[in-house]
Amino acid sequence: MHELTLARNLIELACEHARAQGADRVKRIQVRLGVLSGMLKPLYFCFGPAARGTLCEDALLEIEEVPLTVECPNCRAVKVPHTRYSFRCPTCGSPTPKVVTGREMVLVALELEASDRKKRRRPKRRRAGRADDLAMDNQAGERIR
Amino acid sequence: MCGVCGCGEAETAIGGHRHEHHDHGAAAPDGKTANPARRKAHSHAHDHGRLHQQRPLFGPGAVRSDLVTIEQGILSKNDGFAAENRARFAELGLLALNLVSSPGAGKTSLLVATIESLKREASIAVIEGDQATENDADRIRATGVPAIQINTGRGCHLDAHMVGHAFESLPLEAGGILFIENVGNLVCPAAFDLGEAHKVAILSVTEGEDKPIKYPDMFAAADLMILAKTDLLPHLDFDVAACIEAARRVNPGIEVIELSARTGEGMGEWITWIGRAAERVRTPGSQPAGAGASASALAKA
Repeated sequence: MHELTLARNLIELACEHARAQGADRVKRIQVRLGVLSGMLKPLYFCFGPAARGTLCEDALLEIEEVPLTVECPNCRAVKVPHTRYSFRCPTCGSPTPKVVTGREMVLVALELEASDRKKRRRPKRRRAGRADDLAMDNQAGERIR
Repeated sequence: MCGVCGCGEAETAIGGHRHEHHDHGAAAPDGKTANPARRKAHSHAHDHGRLHQQRPLFGPGAVRSDLVTIEQGILSKNDGFAAENRARFAELGLLALNLVSSPGAGKTSLLVATIESLKREASIAVIEGDQATENDADRIRATGVPAIQINTGRGCHLDAHMVGHAFESLPLEAGGILFIENVGNLVCPAAFDLGEAHKVAILSVTEGEDKPIKYPDMFAAADLMILAKTDLLPHLDFDVAACIEAARRVNPGIEVIELSARTGEGMGEWITWIGRAAERVRTPGSQPAGAGASASALAKA
């Protein structure tokens, strides 16, 4: 999968949660990526440009990479293969198609920020807020392209 | 990009028309969309995120930022759409099959041959996926069966949202079959559930026997591998047994059918497999139908 698709999905998910919490900025995004995704470096590189113009602009992206572990049907145990993408048991050599960890693509946590001005303002009605946010996303869409 | 459902409006064309922005219904006060089916799909699959708040975000003593635990799959939006599709297919007793392969393996030719065998017995429709052109949808329509073409532009896979929209335009009867021919690509479609009952991976004998272990995600996600173009075997050094062994290494439970759409060899086994799959979809928990029951299992409702 292309990293830009992953980045856009991630940013959109983060922005949705931020809006739901009434925040106007995402300061930090924590993500868990399994090694099989192959997305660690690509995501780092394209996240910044993809986030421009959204609530995630300038957010710090933290990625925890999860190694591959597999279940060996012969040993009946969870094993760590010898090499990063190997699907063989390191003990008995049996094929191990069942992946236990290494496929994850999870948004773990967000650090959100709301400006102090919000405390004194009447809370925005959800519809008006949503229209504004859509406008921001549309601008972001144009800017990204 | 659509701010609600995330579709890339500028890129995707469904049935020849640029994807218009659509109404997802009024937003609920909590900011989430009001589609209860999608929310249920999310809450069924994930914890929607709980606020671990020890200090207030607003009001006296407020701090300006806090860490919110989410623990949600990054592609969960597609999962939500896929769950909606799956529910709609189940309501109609439809068998939906997602055909995947590398470009040129023979998906469309196989579909055309399959439709010619089945069209008098079952209500069939096809969703085609390609970057550009209507060529494949045209070939399907020439058989007399409705087809809608999704052009993904720079996109490399179909997603559940596109399929949901395309499905709205298709005249499928209850108990029918929906074939979805994905974009030719053995990588990306593995990650995008469309709401199908089964992924069927088509591998032609002109490719390498080790394809299944080179593209493990796709073959692990498929319930059936079709080894296509078997009429060419006399001209090749393709090791069929090695290929089946490779597929079973990444997916011990995968079924395998060898066939040639051109000569008809093996097509009977494929039609029977479809009949059994259709029967299972219509009566969840039933035993698979026997070999002779496939035609009656596909009878129009």
